[in-house]
Amino acid sequence: MVSELIDPALYETLFPEGVSRYAVGGLLVGLGAVVIYLGTGIAAGASTFLESTLSYVSDQSRFQRYRSSRDWRIVFTLGIIAGAFVYALTFQSGLVSSSLYQPGTTGELREVGGLTIWLTDVQPWRLFLGGILVGIGTRIGKGCTSGHGVCGVGSASKTSIVSVMTFLAVAIGTAQVVMALGVSP
Amino acid sequence: MPLIFVGGLIFGFGLGFSHMAQPEVVLHFLQFEDFGLLFVMFGAAIVSGIAFAVMPRLRERAPLTGDTYGRRLKSFDRNVLIGGAIFGVGWGLSGICPGAAYASLGVGNVTILWALAGMFVGAYIQGYWRSQRAASTSSVSAD
Repeated sequence: MVSELIDPALYETLFPEGVSRYAVGGLLVGLGAVVIYLGTGIAAGASTFLESTLSYVSDQSRFQRYRSSRDWRIVFTLGIIAGAFVYALTFQSGLVSSSLYQPGTTGELREVGGLTIWLTDVQPWRLFLGGILVGIGTRIGKGCTSGHGVCGVGSASKTSIVSVMTFLAVAIGTAQVVMALGVSP
Repeated sequence: MPLIFVGGLIFGFGLGFSHMAQPEVVLHFLQFEDFGLLFVMFGAAIVSGIAFAVMPRLRERAPLTGDTYGRRLKSFDRNVLIGGAIFGVGWGLSGICPGAAYASLGVGNVTILWALAGMFVGAYIQGYWRSQRAASTSSVSAD
């Protein structure tokens, strides 16, 4: 394991929650994209759903371009929500456990009739303002963490690699500034 | 369609399992407090990378759609940098990206509706702006 390759104290600093839940989750995210790709040849991204869904309610030419893909994109998004719900029913609710899974310490857990739901502590204004910028940025930049990050990098696309490096660097800078300003959570 | 749903299901389960549906965990990564997110991104990219590299050699077309297997390649231009930077500010501020936001709803995080509402507003703003610009450039070239 990774933990044996590096100094334990450093490992604890870099990965306070361990790495298994991240690695397993990442492999599943990739597998989900692969299942779709194998069957359909589609390299799925999550952010085009925003524009394609707007095509139901807006006649703007920009949204109508995505009309042909809007139905499957809704199915994909509902699948993501349902998959996360299955996770909430099993691991998050403690019904299933595994040595590969480590529960987290962030946010707030609430019991709703046997189901454990998780709520974020991040303030609504951060989510809303951040969401607007994510909405603008992913659409101008031709993709997000799943389109560029998973499918694009997986395709060894130079555009995607540059995109990931750009948004990663800017996001780190932004998060550091926000933290330095004392905004928490 | 059922296959896309199943793919989305695995995708969303993975986002939940890796805690990417929790904005705090993403923010901890960006603040250098927990580097686990690297394993999510590289883990996912390696799995998809194998499929993207191998499938086109095994088969010509996808069984369900008849589409040819190809890589996900998009042309590079200034927009990739501008959009990436705007997305980066939003991601760094909120800890949320589109796929993870949908998954967050699935784990019961109704507060995330703020982020989803924001994303639709943002996507609408840029779509409206681009539609207007496309309309004005085409009318100019018609003159």
